[in-house]
Amino acid sequence: MVVFAVIHLTPGDPAILMLGPSATPADVLELRTKLGLEEAIHVQYGKWLWNALQGDLGESIWLRTPVLGEVFDRFVNTAILAGAAFIVSTVVGVGLGVLAGVRQNSWMDRLSMLVSLIGVSMPGFWLGLMLILLFSVQWDLLPSTGMRSPAGDGGVVDVLRHLLLPALTLAAFNIAIVARLTRSQMLEVIRQDFVRTARAKGLKEWVIVHRHALKNALIPVVTVLGVQLGALLSSSVLIEFLFAWPGVGSFMIDAIGRRDLPLVQAITLVTATAFVLINLIVDLSYAYLDPRIKYG
Amino acid sequence: MSTQAHPLASRDGRGSGREGFLQIFWASLRQNPLALAGLFVLTALIVTLLLAPVLPLREPDALKPAVRLTAWFSTTAYPLGTDELGRDVLSRLVWGGRVSLWAGIASAGISMGFGLVIGVAAGYTGKWTDLLSMRVIDILLAFPPLILAIAVVASLGPGLRNAVIVLGVIGIPIYARVVRGVVLSLKEYPFVEAARAVGASDVRIVTRHVLPNILGPIIVLFTLDVGQKIVFMAGLSFIGLGTQPPTADWGAMLAASKSYITSAPHAATAPGIAILIVVLSLNLLGDGLRDALDPRLARG
Repeated sequence: MVVFAVIHLTPGDPAILMLGPSATPADVLELRTKLGLEEAIHVQYGKWLWNALQGDLGESIWLRTPVLGEVFDRFVNTAILAGAAFIVSTVVGVGLGVLAGVRQNSWMDRLSMLVSLIGVSMPGFWLGLMLILLFSVQWDLLPSTGMRSPAGDGGVVDVLRHLLLPALTLAAFNIAIVARLTRSQMLEVIRQDFVRTARAKGLKEWVIVHRHALKNALIPVVTVLGVQLGALLSSSVLIEFLFAWPGVGSFMIDAIGRRDLPLVQAITLVTATAFVLINLIVDLSYAYLDPRIKYG
Repeated sequence: MSTQAHPLASRDGRGSGREGFLQIFWASLRQNPLALAGLFVLTALIVTLLLAPVLPLREPDALKPAVRLTAWFSTTAYPLGTDELGRDVLSRLVWGGRVSLWAGIASAGISMGFGLVIGVAAGYTGKWTDLLSMRVIDILLAFPPLILAIAVVASLGPGLRNAVIVLGVIGIPIYARVVRGVVLSLKEYPFVEAARAVGASDVRIVTRHVLPNILGPIIVLFTLDVGQKIVFMAGLSFIGLGTQPPTADWGAMLAASKSYITSAPHAATAPGIAILIVVLSLNLLGDGLRDALDPRLARG
């Protein structure tokens, strides 16, 4: 309903927006009829909902094909990018957070907190521009756009080389969030009695950190990681645009540029649905991770 | 009824201790050098941006193709160099900063204003108002904010005003949720019950006793939110949905510089550093204010 309202209830005529200011009234009327905009709003919503439930989100004005298939094709690429960023942010974020927490007030702690403070304050797309400047322009190490090289074999290594910069860029904000949270959780847990007991038993430090402290510290971190996975899908729009990654984000911006509102609507719906589903799965997984949580 | 003192409730229990509240804030802030640094940088920056009309800067939109893509620090005439059309990057940075900062404050202000009204109404009156408004808020919160913002701005048409309104509206749920939570807790406190017992009207209770006690968390949220809104706004301008040429804002400057990154890296570096400095300052200040508000949240 929100997705429908976004396109149909906002001020302005979608047909005029799509055709541009120079369109004749006849052209506008023709497009309005084609899009079903001449019907009553509740009829439009009913039809749209009925078709959407059957997997029909209309036809793209730009591509002249059913929008859902086009969106799903790109969604796989977005999932690859978001998945890679998720892995990077989990590994690097938890690693930095543990190091900072275990060595509180050391240079390592201060450095990782400085990095995470900068990470949450920096626009991701600007970091991406800087990475392109360094790794693609200055050092010519990694490709700056696309998912596969036109001259390359298009294999896994080729995709991975293209994936590295956008995934790092997308992960930066999450690394900062996860590192800060992991550090504060580690600081809380390593002061608890069971850790002191483990120390008193003469266990090695890495065993204490790995087996006793980290497992308990990670429960709230997993919660945040889950929420961030959904957020990665949303924030990938700008990163995909910057790196010309062929996902739903760059597709959405192309669709906006071509004033293809049915396509914009479909992308919004698919992304929002994925976002809600991920958050639902994350919510349900809490009960599995922490048996104290029960859903009635 | 809870008997523990609410960390946000003013000490005299009447909710009117704004002076005491500010004094506590300032005393805590003074002990936090990072937050003080954030406040100092932010103040200096705002003063500079406000003084832009009287500063000896070139016209931000004046085209000078003869000096296009001049590198930064290469000539005193253009300390931060020029862009692809020969426009002074320093001047555009300052004038663009005014747009970016205004957009951040205005959109966060819209979120705060409406969020405050909805949150107080839902939290204080409860029942159907609470149920209905919170379900709407839940639905909005279920949407990825950037995708929603892009879709709505695309439908309304690109431009600074539309982008500010949309960013303002999508931020309302966060404020409404926070305010509702604080109001729900505050209305059970003895000083609110006492006000009700002496016959104070709901309007008086809300304006004189509840609102002053919401001030703290709202200031913290607003400080952090302005930074996030500046980044969001830069993102919208970056994909062409925010500020339209020739008006400069930091996001639009980054978008334009993208095509010239090999020949003029300074044009992409300068606006990004400006955003980083402002948002970092706001985050440091916001974190400091939050710690000042509730010392239990102070970083380990």
